[in-house]
Amino acid sequence: MPDRPSTDRPIKIVIIDESPVRSAILEDGLREAGHASIIRISDRANLLERIYAIDPDVILIDLANPSRDVLEQMFQVSRAVKRPVGMFVDQSDAASIEAAIDAGVSAYVVDGLRKERVKPILDTMVSRFHAFSRLRAELDQAKSQLEERKLVDRAKGVLMRQKKIGEEQAYALLRTVAMNEKKKISEIAQSVITAAELLK
Amino acid sequence: MSLDKVRIGFIPLVDAAVPIVAAEVGFGAAEGLEIELTREVSWANIRDRLTLGHFDAAHLLAPMAIATTLGLNTIRTPLVAPITLGLNGNAVTLAPRLHDEVMERMEDGADLADPRATGAAFAAVVRARRAHGDEPPTLGMTFPFSTHNYQLRLWLAAAGLRPDEDVRLAVVPPPYMVDALVNAHVEGFCVGAPWNSVAVELGLGRILHLGVDLVRRCPEKVLAMRGSFLERGDLVARLVRACAAAARWLDDRQNHGEAAAILAARERLDAPVEIIRRTFDGRLPTGWRDVVRTSDRYILFAREDASRPDPRHAQWLFGEMVRWGQTSSDPEAERAAVAVYRPDLYDAALGRPSESLRTGDPLGLAFS
Repeated sequence: MPDRPSTDRPIKIVIIDESPVRSAILEDGLREAGHASIIRISDRANLLERIYAIDPDVILIDLANPSRDVLEQMFQVSRAVKRPVGMFVDQSDAASIEAAIDAGVSAYVVDGLRKERVKPILDTMVSRFHAFSRLRAELDQAKSQLEERKLVDRAKGVLMRQKKIGEEQAYALLRTVAMNEKKKISEIAQSVITAAELLK
Repeated sequence: MSLDKVRIGFIPLVDAAVPIVAAEVGFGAAEGLEIELTREVSWANIRDRLTLGHFDAAHLLAPMAIATTLGLNTIRTPLVAPITLGLNGNAVTLAPRLHDEVMERMEDGADLADPRATGAAFAAVVRARRAHGDEPPTLGMTFPFSTHNYQLRLWLAAAGLRPDEDVRLAVVPPPYMVDALVNAHVEGFCVGAPWNSVAVELGLGRILHLGVDLVRRCPEKVLAMRGSFLERGDLVARLVRACAAAARWLDDRQNHGEAAAILAARERLDAPVEIIRRTFDGRLPTGWRDVVRTSDRYILFAREDASRPDPRHAQWLFGEMVRWGQTSSDPEAERAAVAVYRPDLYDAALGRPSESLRTGDPLGLAFS
Protein backbone atom coordinates (compact mmCIF):
# COMPACT_ATOMS: atom_id res chain seq x y z
CA MET A 1 0.00 0.00 0.00
CA PRO A 2 1.26 3.47 -0.75
CA ASP A 3 2.12 5.66 2.15
CA ARG A 4 -1.00 7.72 2.68
CA PRO A 5 -1.09 10.87 4.74
CA SER A 6 -2.87 10.34 8.02
CA THR A 7 -5.09 12.92 9.62
CA ASP A 8 -2.38 14.01 12.03
CA ARG A 9 0.53 14.30 9.65
CA PRO A 10 1.04 17.80 8.25
CA ILE A 11 0.24 18.16 4.58
CA LYS A 12 3.34 18.81 2.54
CA ILE A 13 2.63 21.47 -0.09
CA VAL A 14 4.75 22.48 -3.08
CA ILE A 15 4.09 25.81 -4.82
CA ILE A 16 5.40 26.09 -8.38
CA ASP A 17 5.22 29.68 -9.55
CA GLU A 18 7.67 31.78 -11.53
CA SER A 19 6.29 34.90 -9.81
CA PRO A 20 8.10 35.13 -6.46
CA VAL A 21 5.69 37.76 -5.15
CA ARG A 22 2.61 35.70 -5.90
CA SER A 23 4.04 32.52 -4.45
CA ALA A 24 5.02 34.44 -1.29
CA ILE A 25 1.46 35.73 -0.98
CA LEU A 26 0.13 32.19 -1.38
CA GLU A 27 2.63 30.77 1.11
CA ASP A 28 1.59 33.44 3.61
CA GLY A 29 -2.04 32.50 3.24
CA LEU A 30 -1.32 28.82 3.72
CA ARG A 31 0.81 29.48 6.80
CA GLU A 32 -1.98 31.58 8.29
CA ALA A 33 -4.26 28.62 7.73
CA GLY A 34 -1.88 26.52 9.79
CA HIS A 35 0.19 24.81 7.12
CA ALA A 36 3.87 24.79 7.99
CA SER A 37 5.30 22.40 5.44
CA ILE A 38 5.54 24.51 2.28
CA ILE A 39 8.23 24.45 -0.39
CA ARG A 40 8.40 26.98 -3.21
CA ILE A 41 9.91 26.18 -6.62
CA SER A 42 10.44 29.04 -9.06
CA ASP A 43 12.58 27.53 -11.84
CA ARG A 44 12.05 24.67 -14.27
CA ALA A 45 15.26 22.67 -13.91
CA ASN A 46 14.78 18.96 -13.12
CA LEU A 47 11.29 19.64 -11.87
CA LEU A 48 10.05 16.05 -11.65
CA GLU A 49 13.16 14.77 -9.90
CA ARG A 50 12.86 17.52 -7.31
CA ILE A 51 9.19 16.81 -6.76
CA TYR A 52 9.83 13.10 -6.33
CA ALA A 53 12.53 13.94 -3.78
CA ILE A 54 10.19 16.26 -1.86
CA ASP A 55 7.31 13.76 -2.13
CA PRO A 56 4.53 16.34 -1.57
CA ASP A 57 0.86 15.70 -0.86
CA VAL A 58 -0.35 18.74 -2.78
CA ILE A 59 1.20 20.65 -5.69
CA LEU A 60 -0.08 24.10 -6.65
CA ILE A 61 0.99 25.54 -10.02
CA ASP A 62 0.14 28.75 -11.87
CA LEU A 63 -1.46 28.30 -15.30
CA ALA A 64 1.00 30.52 -17.14
CA ASN A 65 3.62 27.93 -16.27
CA PRO A 66 4.43 25.52 -19.12
CA SER A 67 5.69 23.03 -16.53
CA ARG A 68 2.09 22.01 -16.01
CA ASP A 69 2.45 19.42 -18.76
CA VAL A 70 5.57 18.11 -17.06
CA LEU A 71 3.51 17.51 -13.91
CA GLU A 72 0.88 15.59 -15.86
CA GLN A 73 3.53 12.95 -16.51
CA MET A 74 3.30 12.08 -12.80
CA PHE A 75 0.01 10.36 -13.55
CA GLN A 76 1.79 7.82 -15.68
CA VAL A 77 2.81 4.47 -14.35
CA SER A 78 6.51 4.76 -13.77
CA ARG A 79 9.02 3.23 -11.44
CA ALA A 80 9.95 6.74 -10.37
CA VAL A 81 6.52 7.37 -8.86
CA LYS A 82 6.26 6.53 -5.21
CA ARG A 83 2.67 7.48 -4.75
CA PRO A 84 -0.16 7.88 -7.23
CA VAL A 85 -1.07 11.47 -7.93
CA GLY A 86 -4.55 12.51 -8.90
CA MET A 87 -5.85 15.82 -10.00
CA PHE A 88 -7.85 17.91 -7.59
CA VAL A 89 -10.35 16.18 -5.46
CA ASP A 90 -12.66 14.06 -7.51
CA GLN A 91 -14.91 13.97 -10.52
CA SER A 92 -17.78 15.51 -8.55
CA ASP A 93 -15.86 18.63 -7.63
CA ALA A 94 -15.96 20.41 -10.98
CA ALA A 95 -16.86 23.71 -9.29
CA SER A 96 -13.58 23.97 -7.40
CA ILE A 97 -11.65 23.15 -10.58
CA GLU A 98 -13.48 25.89 -12.41
CA ALA A 99 -12.81 28.39 -9.63
CA ALA A 100 -9.11 27.55 -9.74
CA ILE A 101 -8.76 27.74 -13.52
CA ASP A 102 -10.62 31.07 -13.49
CA ALA A 103 -8.15 32.36 -10.91
CA GLY A 104 -5.23 31.17 -13.05
CA VAL A 105 -3.99 28.26 -10.96
CA SER A 106 -4.22 24.50 -10.82
CA ALA A 107 -3.66 21.87 -8.16
CA TYR A 108 -2.51 18.27 -8.07
CA VAL A 109 -3.36 16.22 -5.03
CA VAL A 110 -2.02 12.85 -4.00
CA ASP A 111 -4.52 10.01 -4.02
CA GLY A 112 -6.12 9.21 -0.70
CA LEU A 113 -5.96 12.68 0.81
CA ARG A 114 -9.39 13.42 2.25
CA LYS A 115 -11.50 16.01 0.50
CA GLU A 116 -12.18 18.03 3.64
CA ARG A 117 -8.45 18.43 4.20
CA VAL A 118 -7.80 19.57 0.62
CA LYS A 119 -10.73 21.95 0.17
CA PRO A 120 -9.42 24.71 2.52
CA ILE A 121 -6.05 24.60 0.74
CA LEU A 122 -7.72 25.06 -2.64
CA ASP A 123 -9.90 27.87 -1.26
CA THR A 124 -6.84 29.68 0.08
CA MET A 125 -5.08 29.18 -3.24
CA VAL A 126 -7.95 30.67 -5.23
CA SER A 127 -8.49 33.64 -2.91
CA ARG A 128 -4.76 34.46 -2.79
CA PHE A 129 -4.46 34.30 -6.58
CA HIS A 130 -7.40 36.69 -6.90
CA ALA A 131 -5.81 38.97 -4.29
CA PHE A 132 -2.60 38.99 -6.28
CA SER A 133 -4.45 39.89 -9.51
CA ARG A 134 -6.17 42.79 -7.73
CA LEU A 135 -2.85 43.94 -6.28
CA ARG A 136 -1.24 43.87 -9.70
CA ALA A 137 -4.13 45.75 -11.28
CA GLU A 138 -3.87 48.43 -8.59
CA LEU A 139 -0.12 48.66 -9.09
CA ASP A 140 -0.54 49.01 -12.85
CA GLN A 141 -3.11 51.72 -12.32
CA ALA A 142 -0.88 53.63 -9.88
CA LYS A 143 1.99 53.36 -12.36
CA SER A 144 -0.04 54.69 -15.25
CA GLN A 145 -1.41 57.53 -13.10
CA LEU A 146 2.13 58.53 -12.26
CA GLU A 147 3.10 58.44 -15.94
CA GLU A 148 0.10 60.58 -16.83
CA ARG A 149 0.96 63.14 -14.20
CA LYS A 150 4.51 63.39 -15.54
CA LEU A 151 3.16 63.96 -19.07
CA VAL A 152 0.77 66.67 -17.89
CA ASP A 153 3.58 68.41 -15.97
CA ARG A 154 5.81 68.42 -19.04
CA ALA A 155 3.02 69.73 -21.28
CA LYS A 156 2.25 72.46 -18.76
CA GLY A 157 5.91 73.50 -18.89
CA VAL A 158 5.80 73.71 -22.68
CA LEU A 159 2.66 75.84 -22.65
CA MET A 160 3.98 78.12 -19.91
CA ARG A 161 7.14 78.82 -21.92
CA GLN A 162 5.52 79.17 -25.32
CA LYS A 163 2.46 81.14 -24.34
CA LYS A 164 4.01 82.93 -21.39
CA ILE A 165 1.19 81.93 -19.07
CA GLY A 166 1.04 80.69 -15.53
CA GLU A 167 0.79 77.09 -14.37
CA GLU A 168 -2.89 77.23 -13.52
CA GLN A 169 -3.75 78.73 -16.89
CA ALA A 170 -1.68 76.09 -18.66
CA TYR A 171 -3.54 73.34 -16.83
CA ALA A 172 -6.92 74.95 -17.55
CA LEU A 173 -6.01 75.11 -21.23
CA LEU A 174 -5.15 71.41 -21.37
CA ARG A 175 -8.35 70.52 -19.57
CA THR A 176 -10.54 72.63 -21.85
CA VAL A 177 -9.05 71.11 -25.00
CA ALA A 178 -9.41 67.63 -23.54
CA MET A 179 -13.09 68.26 -22.76
CA ASN A 180 -13.78 69.75 -26.17
CA GLU A 181 -12.11 66.87 -27.99
CA LYS A 182 -13.53 64.25 -25.60
CA LYS A 183 -10.04 62.92 -24.89
CA LYS A 184 -8.04 62.24 -21.77
CA ILE A 185 -5.97 65.13 -20.51
CA SER A 186 -2.85 62.92 -20.73
CA GLU A 187 -3.50 62.36 -24.45
CA ILE A 188 -3.67 66.10 -25.09
CA ALA A 189 -0.53 66.53 -22.99
CA GLN A 190 1.21 63.92 -25.16
CA SER A 191 0.17 65.81 -28.34
CA VAL A 192 1.50 69.08 -26.93
CA ILE A 193 4.84 67.43 -26.10
CA THR A 194 5.06 65.77 -29.53
CA ALA A 195 4.24 69.05 -31.30
CA ALA A 196 6.88 70.90 -29.24
CA GLU A 197 9.47 68.25 -30.17
CA LEU A 198 8.61 68.61 -33.87
CA LEU A 199 8.79 72.40 -33.78
CA LYS A 200 12.08 72.51 -31.90
CA MET B 1 -24.30 40.64 -40.94
CA SER B 2 -22.88 40.04 -37.51
CA LEU B 3 -20.44 37.17 -37.16
CA ASP B 4 -20.76 34.34 -34.66
CA LYS B 5 -17.78 34.25 -32.35
CA VAL B 6 -15.86 31.00 -31.95
CA ARG B 7 -13.01 30.82 -29.42
CA ILE B 8 -10.16 28.46 -30.28
CA GLY B 9 -7.07 27.67 -28.19
CA PHE B 10 -3.81 26.56 -29.77
CA ILE B 11 -0.22 25.61 -28.95
CA PRO B 12 2.52 27.25 -31.07
CA LEU B 13 3.13 24.55 -33.70
CA VAL B 14 2.93 24.51 -37.49
CA ASP B 15 -0.01 22.12 -37.30
CA ALA B 16 -2.05 24.87 -35.64
CA ALA B 17 -2.00 26.43 -39.13
CA VAL B 18 -5.55 25.40 -40.08
CA PRO B 19 -7.44 27.39 -37.42
CA ILE B 20 -4.93 30.27 -37.65
CA VAL B 21 -5.37 30.53 -41.42
CA ALA B 22 -9.13 30.11 -41.12
CA ALA B 23 -9.12 33.11 -38.77
CA GLU B 24 -6.68 35.30 -40.70
CA VAL B 25 -7.22 34.56 -44.40
CA GLY B 26 -10.96 34.97 -44.23
CA PHE B 27 -12.25 31.41 -44.41
CA GLY B 28 -13.95 31.85 -41.05
CA ALA B 29 -15.56 35.14 -42.09
CA ALA B 30 -16.81 33.49 -45.31
CA GLU B 31 -18.79 31.13 -43.07
CA GLY B 32 -20.03 33.98 -40.89
CA LEU B 33 -17.57 33.21 -38.09
CA GLU B 34 -15.30 35.44 -36.08
CA ILE B 35 -12.54 33.10 -34.91
CA GLU B 36 -10.83 34.34 -31.75
CA LEU B 37 -7.49 32.59 -31.22
CA THR B 38 -5.75 32.17 -27.87
CA ARG B 39 -2.18 30.93 -27.62
CA GLU B 40 -1.71 28.59 -24.66
CA VAL B 41 1.42 27.40 -22.88
CA SER B 42 0.41 23.85 -21.98
CA TRP B 43 -1.76 21.06 -23.35
CA ALA B 44 -3.25 20.66 -19.87
CA ASN B 45 -4.47 24.28 -19.99
CA ILE B 46 -6.00 23.75 -23.43
CA ARG B 47 -7.79 20.65 -22.22
CA ASP B 48 -9.12 22.27 -19.06
CA ARG B 49 -10.19 25.47 -20.79
CA LEU B 50 -11.94 23.45 -23.50
CA THR B 51 -13.77 21.24 -21.02
CA LEU B 52 -14.77 24.26 -18.89
CA GLY B 53 -16.09 26.10 -21.93
CA HIS B 54 -13.53 28.93 -22.03
CA PHE B 55 -12.80 27.65 -25.55
CA ASP B 56 -15.41 26.43 -28.03
CA ALA B 57 -12.84 24.34 -29.88
CA ALA B 58 -9.16 23.55 -29.58
CA HIS B 59 -6.06 22.46 -31.45
CA LEU B 60 -5.58 19.26 -29.48
CA LEU B 61 -3.38 16.16 -29.55
CA ALA B 62 -5.59 13.40 -30.96
CA PRO B 63 -4.74 10.95 -28.14
CA MET B 64 -5.51 13.68 -25.59
CA ALA B 65 -9.01 14.12 -27.06
CA ILE B 66 -9.51 10.39 -26.52
CA ALA B 67 -8.00 10.41 -23.01
CA THR B 68 -10.25 13.31 -21.99
CA THR B 69 -13.30 11.49 -23.34
CA LEU B 70 -12.35 8.43 -21.30
CA GLY B 71 -11.54 10.51 -18.18
CA LEU B 72 -7.93 9.30 -18.01
CA ASN B 73 -6.13 11.49 -15.45
CA THR B 74 -8.69 14.24 -15.81
CA ILE B 75 -12.35 15.00 -15.36
CA ARG B 76 -14.19 12.89 -17.90
CA THR B 77 -15.63 15.10 -20.65
CA PRO B 78 -16.87 13.63 -23.94
CA LEU B 79 -15.10 15.35 -26.83
CA VAL B 80 -15.63 15.04 -30.57
CA ALA B 81 -13.32 15.66 -33.51
CA PRO B 82 -15.33 16.57 -36.64
CA ILE B 83 -12.14 17.41 -38.58
CA THR B 84 -8.45 16.65 -38.16
CA LEU B 85 -5.92 19.45 -38.46
CA GLY B 86 -3.50 17.36 -40.51
CA LEU B 87 -1.32 14.28 -40.50
CA ASN B 88 2.43 13.97 -39.79
CA GLY B 89 4.83 16.87 -39.15
CA ASN B 90 6.97 15.38 -36.37
CA ALA B 91 10.67 14.59 -36.38
CA VAL B 92 13.18 12.96 -34.04
CA THR B 93 16.17 15.17 -33.23
CA LEU B 94 19.29 14.29 -31.27
CA ALA B 95 21.97 16.46 -29.69
CA PRO B 96 25.16 16.42 -31.82
CA ARG B 97 27.10 14.27 -29.36
CA LEU B 98 24.45 11.56 -29.15
CA HIS B 99 23.91 11.77 -32.91
CA ASP B 100 27.65 11.17 -33.42
CA GLU B 101 27.51 8.15 -31.13
CA VAL B 102 24.59 6.72 -33.14
CA MET B 103 26.25 7.42 -36.50
CA GLU B 104 29.45 5.69 -35.36
CA ARG B 105 27.49 2.53 -34.74
CA MET B 106 25.56 2.52 -38.03
CA GLU B 107 26.45 -0.33 -40.32
CA ASP B 108 28.27 0.57 -43.52
CA GLY B 109 25.91 1.46 -46.31
CA ALA B 110 22.86 1.49 -44.01
CA ASP B 111 19.94 3.69 -45.07
CA LEU B 112 19.88 6.66 -42.71
CA ALA B 113 16.11 6.97 -43.12
CA ASP B 114 15.58 3.35 -42.05
CA PRO B 115 14.40 3.38 -38.41
CA ARG B 116 15.54 -0.24 -37.97
CA ALA B 117 19.10 0.73 -38.80
CA THR B 118 19.14 3.82 -36.56
CA GLY B 119 17.25 1.92 -33.84
CA ALA B 120 19.89 -0.83 -33.75
CA ALA B 121 22.67 1.78 -33.53
CA PHE B 122 20.81 3.70 -30.80
CA ALA B 123 20.29 0.48 -28.82
CA ALA B 124 24.03 -0.18 -29.07
CA VAL B 125 24.69 3.30 -27.61
CA VAL B 126 22.31 2.62 -24.73
CA ARG B 127 23.98 -0.74 -23.98
CA ALA B 128 27.46 0.79 -24.14
CA ARG B 129 26.46 3.48 -21.65
CA ARG B 130 24.99 0.90 -19.32
CA ALA B 131 28.18 -1.16 -19.53
CA HIS B 132 30.11 1.95 -18.46
CA GLY B 133 27.69 2.57 -15.62
CA ASP B 134 26.53 5.81 -17.30
CA GLU B 135 23.05 7.29 -17.19
CA PRO B 136 20.65 6.26 -19.98
CA PRO B 137 19.71 8.96 -22.51
CA THR B 138 16.70 11.13 -21.70
CA LEU B 139 14.45 11.89 -24.68
CA GLY B 140 11.82 14.63 -24.66
CA MET B 141 8.25 14.26 -25.89
CA THR B 142 5.32 16.61 -25.67
CA PHE B 143 2.78 14.83 -23.49
CA PRO B 144 2.06 11.31 -22.22
CA PHE B 145 -1.00 11.16 -24.53
CA SER B 146 0.81 12.21 -27.70
CA THR B 147 1.91 10.59 -30.92
CA HIS B 148 5.42 11.86 -30.10
CA ASN B 149 5.44 9.57 -27.10
CA TYR B 150 4.10 6.65 -29.17
CA GLN B 151 6.43 7.26 -32.15
CA LEU B 152 9.49 7.22 -29.88
CA ARG B 153 8.21 4.08 -28.18
CA LEU B 154 7.60 2.33 -31.52
CA TRP B 155 11.15 3.11 -32.60
CA LEU B 156 12.71 2.06 -29.28
CA ALA B 157 10.64 -1.10 -28.90
CA ALA B 158 11.42 -2.25 -32.47
CA ALA B 159 15.11 -1.95 -31.54
CA GLY B 160 14.57 -4.24 -28.55
CA LEU B 161 14.63 -1.48 -25.94
CA ARG B 162 12.11 -1.14 -23.11
CA PRO B 163 10.98 2.50 -23.29
CA ASP B 164 10.14 2.73 -19.57
CA GLU B 165 13.35 1.14 -18.34
CA ASP B 166 16.19 1.44 -20.83
CA VAL B 167 15.77 5.15 -21.55
CA ARG B 168 14.00 8.06 -19.89
CA LEU B 169 11.10 9.77 -21.62
CA ALA B 170 10.43 13.26 -20.26
CA VAL B 171 7.58 15.61 -21.06
CA VAL B 172 8.71 19.00 -22.38
CA PRO B 173 6.26 21.54 -23.89
CA PRO B 174 7.06 22.08 -27.62
CA PRO B 175 8.39 25.66 -27.45
CA TYR B 176 10.76 24.63 -24.63
CA MET B 177 12.27 21.59 -26.38
CA VAL B 178 15.24 23.56 -27.68
CA ASP B 179 15.88 25.04 -24.20
CA ALA B 180 15.81 21.52 -22.78
CA LEU B 181 18.60 20.54 -25.22
CA VAL B 182 20.63 23.62 -24.26
CA ASN B 183 20.53 22.88 -20.54
CA ALA B 184 21.08 19.15 -21.20
CA HIS B 185 17.79 18.17 -19.57
CA VAL B 186 17.25 15.99 -22.68
CA GLU B 187 19.65 14.59 -25.29
CA GLY B 188 17.05 14.36 -28.00
CA PHE B 189 13.33 14.61 -28.60
CA CYS B 190 10.36 13.94 -30.81
CA VAL B 191 8.34 17.08 -31.44
CA GLY B 192 6.27 18.74 -34.15
CA ALA B 193 7.39 21.46 -36.55
CA PRO B 194 9.04 23.91 -36.42
CA TRP B 195 10.95 23.02 -33.23
CA ASN B 196 13.23 20.38 -34.80
CA SER B 197 14.37 22.85 -37.45
CA VAL B 198 14.84 25.55 -34.81
CA ALA B 199 17.28 23.22 -32.98
CA VAL B 200 19.06 22.44 -36.27
CA GLU B 201 19.35 26.11 -37.16
CA LEU B 202 20.96 26.90 -33.79
CA GLY B 203 23.42 24.02 -34.21
CA LEU B 204 21.99 22.37 -31.08
CA GLY B 205 20.38 19.34 -32.67
CA ARG B 206 20.37 17.13 -35.74
CA ILE B 207 17.29 15.59 -37.28
CA LEU B 208 17.61 11.81 -37.18
CA HIS B 209 14.17 10.91 -38.51
CA LEU B 210 11.18 12.55 -40.04
CA GLY B 211 7.99 11.28 -38.45
CA VAL B 212 7.02 9.70 -41.80
CA ASP B 213 9.99 7.32 -41.49
CA LEU B 214 8.17 5.73 -38.55
CA VAL B 215 4.49 6.14 -39.48
CA ARG B 216 3.56 7.20 -42.99
CA ARG B 217 0.10 8.52 -42.07
CA CYS B 218 0.35 9.49 -38.44
CA PRO B 219 -2.66 11.07 -36.74
CA GLU B 220 -1.60 14.30 -35.10
CA LYS B 221 -3.86 17.15 -33.96
CA VAL B 222 -7.62 17.33 -34.22
CA LEU B 223 -10.05 20.19 -33.85
CA ALA B 224 -11.69 19.05 -30.64
CA MET B 225 -14.90 20.33 -29.12
CA ARG B 226 -17.22 19.28 -26.34
CA GLY B 227 -19.97 16.90 -27.38
CA SER B 228 -22.48 19.48 -26.15
CA PHE B 229 -21.17 21.97 -28.74
CA LEU B 230 -22.93 19.92 -31.41
CA GLU B 231 -26.19 21.40 -30.12
CA ARG B 232 -25.16 24.81 -31.40
CA GLY B 233 -27.04 24.48 -34.68
CA ASP B 234 -24.99 24.71 -37.85
CA LEU B 235 -22.00 26.29 -36.10
CA VAL B 236 -20.02 23.04 -36.22
CA ALA B 237 -20.63 22.54 -39.94
CA ARG B 238 -19.58 26.12 -40.68
CA LEU B 239 -16.43 25.74 -38.60
CA VAL B 240 -15.58 22.45 -40.34
CA ARG B 241 -16.04 24.08 -43.76
CA ALA B 242 -13.85 27.06 -42.78
CA CYS B 243 -11.12 24.72 -41.55
CA ALA B 244 -11.36 22.43 -44.59
CA ALA B 245 -10.99 25.47 -46.88
CA ALA B 246 -7.99 26.66 -44.84
CA ALA B 247 -6.39 23.21 -45.14
CA ARG B 248 -6.80 23.23 -48.95
CA TRP B 249 -5.32 26.73 -49.08
CA LEU B 250 -2.33 25.57 -46.99
CA ASP B 251 -1.59 22.71 -49.38
CA ASP B 252 -1.28 25.10 -52.33
CA ARG B 253 2.41 25.75 -52.91
CA GLN B 254 1.67 29.33 -54.00
CA ASN B 255 0.47 30.14 -50.49
CA HIS B 256 3.42 28.73 -48.56
CA GLY B 257 5.23 32.06 -48.26
CA GLU B 258 2.17 33.85 -46.94
CA ALA B 259 1.30 30.97 -44.62
CA ALA B 260 4.81 30.95 -43.13
CA ALA B 261 4.65 34.72 -42.59
CA ILE B 262 1.28 34.46 -40.82
CA LEU B 263 2.51 31.70 -38.50
CA ALA B 264 5.82 33.43 -37.73
CA ALA B 265 4.11 36.36 -35.95
CA ARG B 266 4.90 36.96 -32.31
CA GLU B 267 1.42 36.13 -31.08
CA ARG B 268 1.35 32.92 -33.16
CA LEU B 269 4.50 30.74 -33.26
CA ASP B 270 7.07 33.50 -32.71
CA ALA B 271 9.63 31.62 -34.84
CA PRO B 272 11.61 32.61 -37.98
CA VAL B 273 9.65 32.62 -41.26
CA GLU B 274 12.33 30.70 -43.17
CA ILE B 275 12.33 27.85 -40.67
CA ILE B 276 8.54 27.54 -40.73
CA ARG B 277 8.68 27.56 -44.52
CA ARG B 278 10.83 24.39 -44.50
CA THR B 279 7.91 22.46 -43.02
CA PHE B 280 5.52 23.49 -45.80
CA ASP B 281 8.12 22.75 -48.47
CA GLY B 282 9.02 19.38 -46.94
CA ARG B 283 12.69 20.21 -47.29
CA LEU B 284 14.62 19.95 -44.03
CA PRO B 285 18.36 20.36 -43.52
CA THR B 286 19.26 17.78 -40.85
CA GLY B 287 22.22 19.69 -39.45
CA TRP B 288 24.49 16.70 -40.13
CA ARG B 289 27.04 17.23 -42.88
CA ASP B 290 25.08 18.49 -45.89
CA VAL B 291 22.26 16.02 -45.57
CA VAL B 292 18.87 17.52 -46.43
CA ARG B 293 15.78 15.35 -45.97
CA THR B 294 12.94 15.93 -48.40
CA SER B 295 9.46 14.49 -48.25
CA ASP B 296 6.30 15.69 -49.92
CA ARG B 297 4.38 14.07 -47.06
CA TYR B 298 6.32 15.62 -44.17
CA ILE B 299 3.09 17.39 -43.24
CA LEU B 300 -0.32 16.83 -44.83
CA PHE B 301 -3.16 19.29 -44.36
CA ALA B 302 -5.84 18.44 -46.96
CA ARG B 303 -4.00 16.20 -49.40
CA GLU B 304 -4.69 12.47 -49.30
CA ASP B 305 -7.93 13.18 -47.48
CA ALA B 306 -5.92 14.16 -44.39
CA SER B 307 -8.65 16.42 -42.97
CA ARG B 308 -11.27 13.70 -42.78
CA PRO B 309 -11.21 11.97 -39.38
CA ASP B 310 -10.41 8.27 -39.86
CA PRO B 311 -11.78 6.26 -36.91
CA ARG B 312 -9.10 3.63 -37.53
CA HIS B 313 -6.59 6.23 -36.34
CA ALA B 314 -8.51 6.60 -33.08
CA GLN B 315 -8.56 2.83 -32.75
CA TRP B 316 -4.78 2.65 -33.23
CA LEU B 317 -4.22 5.40 -30.65
CA PHE B 318 -6.40 3.59 -28.12
CA GLY B 319 -4.32 0.46 -28.81
CA GLU B 320 -1.13 2.39 -28.04
CA MET B 321 -2.62 3.64 -24.77
CA VAL B 322 -3.34 0.06 -23.78
CA ARG B 323 0.04 -1.20 -24.99
CA TRP B 324 1.92 1.31 -22.84
CA GLY B 325 -0.20 0.83 -19.72
CA GLN B 326 -2.04 4.16 -19.84
CA THR B 327 -5.40 2.42 -19.71
CA SER B 328 -6.70 -1.13 -19.71
CA SER B 329 -8.13 -3.02 -22.62
CA ASP B 330 -11.89 -2.65 -22.51
CA PRO B 331 -14.28 -2.98 -25.47
CA GLU B 332 -16.59 -0.27 -24.19
CA ALA B 333 -13.74 2.21 -23.71
CA GLU B 334 -12.45 1.32 -27.16
CA ARG B 335 -15.86 2.08 -28.69
CA ALA B 336 -15.94 5.44 -26.89
CA ALA B 337 -12.40 6.20 -28.11
CA VAL B 338 -13.23 5.42 -31.72
CA ALA B 339 -16.42 7.48 -31.51
CA VAL B 340 -14.39 10.65 -30.81
CA TYR B 341 -13.51 10.71 -34.52
CA ARG B 342 -16.60 11.89 -36.42
CA PRO B 343 -16.21 11.51 -40.21
CA ASP B 344 -20.03 11.72 -40.40
CA LEU B 345 -19.94 15.34 -39.23
CA TYR B 346 -17.15 16.09 -41.68
CA ASP B 347 -19.01 14.53 -44.61
CA ALA B 348 -22.27 16.25 -43.67
CA ALA B 349 -20.57 19.67 -43.41
CA LEU B 350 -18.93 19.32 -46.80
CA GLY B 351 -21.97 17.77 -48.44
CA ARG B 352 -20.11 14.59 -49.27
CA PRO B 353 -21.83 11.23 -49.45
CA SER B 354 -21.09 9.34 -46.25
CA GLU B 355 -18.86 6.35 -46.69
CA SER B 356 -19.13 3.58 -44.20
CA LEU B 357 -15.91 1.72 -44.84
CA ARG B 358 -12.47 2.66 -46.02
CA THR B 359 -9.95 0.23 -47.34
CA GLY B 360 -6.19 0.39 -47.51
CA ASP B 361 -3.61 0.82 -44.78
CA PRO B 362 -4.64 3.82 -42.68
CA LEU B 363 -1.26 4.24 -40.97
CA GLY B 364 1.71 2.82 -42.83
CA LEU B 365 3.71 1.72 -39.80
CA ALA B 366 7.42 1.12 -40.36
CA PHE B 367 7.22 -1.83 -37.98
CA SER B 368 4.28 -4.18 -38.06
